[in-house]
Amino acid sequence: MGRLLSRIICISRSRASRSRSVSPPNGCSPFRNPGGLSRVWGSGLSRAPWFLSGARTFSSGTGSGRESIEYDVVIVGAGPAGLSAAIRLKQLCRERDLDLSVCVVEKGAEVGAHILSGNVFEPRALNELLPDWRNEEAPVDVPVLSDKFWYLTKDRTFALPCPFNNRGNYVISLSQLTRWMGVKAEELGVEIYPGFAAGEVLYDSNDNVVGVGTNDMGISKDGSKKETFQHGVELKGKLTLLAEGCRGSLSEKIISKYNLRGKVQAQHQTYALGIKEVWEIDESKHEPGAVLHTLGWPLDHKTYGGSFVYHMKDRQVSIGLVIALNYQNPYLNPYEEFQKFKHHPAIKSLLEGGTVIQYGARTLNEGGFQSIPYPVFPGGAIVGCSAGFLNVPKIKGTHTAMKSGMLAAEAAFSVLSEGSSMVVYYDFLRKSWIWEELKKARNYRPAFEFGLLPGLAISGLEHYIFKGRLPFTLKHGKPDHKATNVAKLHTPIEYPRADGILSFDVPTSLHRSNTNHEHDQPAHLQLRDPTIPELVNLPEYAGPESRYCPARVYEYVPDENGVLKLQINAQNCLHCKACDIKDPQQNIEWTVPEGGGGPGYSVM
Amino acid sequence: MKIMVAVKRVVDYAVKIRVKPDKTGVETQNVKMSMNPFCEIALEEALRIRESGLASEVVAVSVGPAQCVDTLRTGLAMGADRGIHVEFKDGLNPLSVAKVLRALVEAEKPGLLILGKQAIDDDCNQTGQMLAGLLKWPQGTFASKVTLDKEKQVATVDREVDGGIETVLLDLPAVITTDLRLNQPRYATLPNIMKAKSKVIKKYTPGDLNVEIKSDLEVLQVTEPPKRKAGVIVSSVDELIDKLQNEARVI
Repeated sequence: MGRLLSRIICISRSRASRSRSVSPPNGCSPFRNPGGLSRVWGSGLSRAPWFLSGARTFSSGTGSGRESIEYDVVIVGAGPAGLSAAIRLKQLCRERDLDLSVCVVEKGAEVGAHILSGNVFEPRALNELLPDWRNEEAPVDVPVLSDKFWYLTKDRTFALPCPFNNRGNYVISLSQLTRWMGVKAEELGVEIYPGFAAGEVLYDSNDNVVGVGTNDMGISKDGSKKETFQHGVELKGKLTLLAEGCRGSLSEKIISKYNLRGKVQAQHQTYALGIKEVWEIDESKHEPGAVLHTLGWPLDHKTYGGSFVYHMKDRQVSIGLVIALNYQNPYLNPYEEFQKFKHHPAIKSLLEGGTVIQYGARTLNEGGFQSIPYPVFPGGAIVGCSAGFLNVPKIKGTHTAMKSGMLAAEAAFSVLSEGSSMVVYYDFLRKSWIWEELKKARNYRPAFEFGLLPGLAISGLEHYIFKGRLPFTLKHGKPDHKATNVAKLHTPIEYPRADGILSFDVPTSLHRSNTNHEHDQPAHLQLRDPTIPELVNLPEYAGPESRYCPARVYEYVPDENGVLKLQINAQNCLHCKACDIKDPQQNIEWTVPEGGGGPGYSVM
Repeated sequence: MKIMVAVKRVVDYAVKIRVKPDKTGVETQNVKMSMNPFCEIALEEALRIRESGLASEVVAVSVGPAQCVDTLRTGLAMGADRGIHVEFKDGLNPLSVAKVLRALVEAEKPGLLILGKQAIDDDCNQTGQMLAGLLKWPQGTFASKVTLDKEKQVATVDREVDGGIETVLLDLPAVITTDLRLNQPRYATLPNIMKAKSKVIKKYTPGDLNVEIKSDLEVLQVTEPPKRKAGVIVSSVDELIDKLQNEARVI
C-alpha cells in the first residue's frame, strides 16, 4: 500500500512540476521561466489528450513523421550504470525539492534481459546509492566464503596464492540485481521503457546532442515497411547519458565524433570476451559463496585469459571463460575453448550430474585507467562500461560503473538546477574512489604484453610491493583487431566434439540464452565494405568471425558454385559486440536491431 | 458495440522453460512473462474492428495474479480502451476462467468476445468453447478471417480445420477464438505505452463476481519428456528385424 501511495505521489508530483521543468535548453533554471508553462499548454494541447496536458510535451518531430517527447534527462541503457544515474537523479530531486523527468530506454525486452556478468559484487557503490538495500530484498545475499586461485594444466591443478580479497563481497546474478534496481528506479518515478532500441543520436544545428531516436519498427529484410510498421520516436533530453555497456554502439560514435580519447591522450580500449553458463549442480557439490578463478589450460602462454566458477544460491553455479581479444591465432575459438575447459577433471567433477540453465556471452573492457576517454560531450556524458571503468586485476566493473552513474547524476542535477556545466562530471570522477582505484590497478594488464610468466611476476610485484606507486604507466599493445596474425602463421585447432553432457554445440547453447529477434528485419550487423569478408577475412585470416562469435552469426557457406560466401545469421546475435571489436579490418559494424530482441538473461 | 478481449499472462514464447525441481510445475520465477501470442492476435483483431467503425470500445480482461496488470498495460498500449483485472493468485483452470468471463459479460454486455484459441503454457484450447457454452452463444473457433455485418448483426468466420477452411455464419453476440494466421499484431509504440499509463484498469476478485474458483483436476506431477535416444544405423535387414522384434518390441 505504501508503495502504491508513493507511486501516486511520484506521478502527481512529476505531473505538476513537469510543467515547470520544460524550459529553454542548456541549463537555464526551470523556475525562472514563466514562459515554460505556456509552452507546455501550447504544444501539449494541440496534440495530446486533455489528461496529458502538463504531463509531457508531444510534438511532431523534425518532419520525419516521428513524434518527439521531451525529458530533462534521457538515459540510454537500463543497466547498473544507467539505473544508478536515474535513481541518484530522483534522490537528488527529492532532497532538493525539484522535479526532473527522467527516461531510461532499454533495447532488451525487459530490464536485466541483456545483463551478463560473473559476478562477484563489491557493494561499495550500492551502499552509497541505496544504503538500506539489505532490508529491501536486494538479491545480494550470498557472501563470499572462500576464494581460490588455481593454475591448470590439462589434467592437474596447482593452487596459487590468491591475489583477490573478496571479503565483504557477494556472489550475485547481475541480471537479477539490475532487475531489482529497475523496480527501485520506477518506485522513485523514473520512466523505464524496455523493448525500445535507441538507434541514433539527435543533434541540433550546432552539433550539440539533444537526445536519441528510437528505431522504426516493422521494417522487413529488404527495407520495405511491413503492415506493422511504426515510426520510432525522438526522445529529447536536456541532457543525454549513454549507459550502453561495453562497446556501446552510440557511445563509440560519440567518442569518435568528438575525439573523446584524443582530448585526454587516452589509449585505445582493449577488450576480452566472456562466455558464461549458469549450471544447477548436485546439492553435495554446491558451496554457496565459493569463488574460484583459474589461469593456464586451456589457454596458452600468449593468450591472456582465465576462468571463473562462482557458487550462487539454489544450487546454481556461474561458470565461464574470459579470453582477451588481442589473441593472435585466428583459429582460436573462444566458445570451444570454454567447452574444452569444462572437461578438466576438477571442473568435470563439479558439473557432473548437473544441468545448464542459461548460456550467454559478452565482451568486457580491459583497458582500465589508460583507456578512459573524456566522458563529457556537448549535451551529455558517457557512464559505466561505455566509457570503461572496469578494474581488471579485481575483475570487477559493476561498482565503478554504478559510481560513475551516480557522479554523472550529480553533475547533471547541478546543470539542470544551477546552470553549471556537465564538465564537472569529469572533475567528480577524478576526485572519486573510481580514479584512485583504477590508477592503482593500471599496470597489471599491460604487463601481460610481455607474456604470461613475466605478467604474473610484474603483477605479483605490483600487488605486494608497489601497489600502483611506480612512476610510470605501461602501455597497451596493439588494438585487438590488429593483433590477429594471418592464418598461414598458425595451424587450425582441432576441438573435441561436444558430448552433450558437459559440452554442447552452439545451437544447443543458443537455445539456452533465450535469444530471439524478429526474423524479418534488416540485418543489424552491417558490413562497411561487403566484399571484404571474401577478399580479406577468408583468405588471409581464415574467417575469424566464424570462430570468435559465440552465437554462430557468421558462417562461410558454399554457394551454388561451391564458392564460400559469408552468411550472416543475425537472428542468433547475443549483442556481445565481439565482431565489432575483433574484425581485422573493422569492417563489421554492430548496429542496434529492433528493440525487444536479443538474449533473455534472467540469472546471468 | 463493445468488444471484450480476454488476455492471458504466460511465459514468453522465446524462453527456454524448465520444470521445477519439485516437479509441481514449470519454473516461472525470474522468467520473462508476456501476453499469450494468440491473445495478442485477438486484441489486434478487436482493434481493427473498432478502427473500421464497427465497434465503439475494446475492453481487455485478464484473470490472474497481480502482475497481470503489466499484461493489461501492454494491451492498453496496443490500443484497448480500458482494462479489467480479476485478481486470483494460483490454480486457475479454463472452466473457472470461463465462469469469471461469463460474470463479466453479464456486467459489461459486450456484443462480441474474442479470445486466443489457446494459451501457450497449458495448450488447453478450452476457455473460448466453454465460455460460449455457458453463455449459450454461437462460437467461431480457430478463426483465420473475421468479417462483421453490423446491419444483419452477424459475423462470418473462416475456421482453420483439419480438412481445410470452414466458413460459419454466427449471430451476434458470439465468441470467436483466434488462430495464428488471422492477423499480425501491431507493436505498442512508446507514445502509446506512455498514454496507456493513464487508462483505467478496474479490479475485481472472483468473489465480487460470485464465482467460485475450483478445480476437479489435481496436477500430480510435471516432468520433462524423456530425452530422445540417438538413432542407430543397422547393417542388414536381419539386424533391423531383430532389433524391431527384441528391442523395440513392435513386431
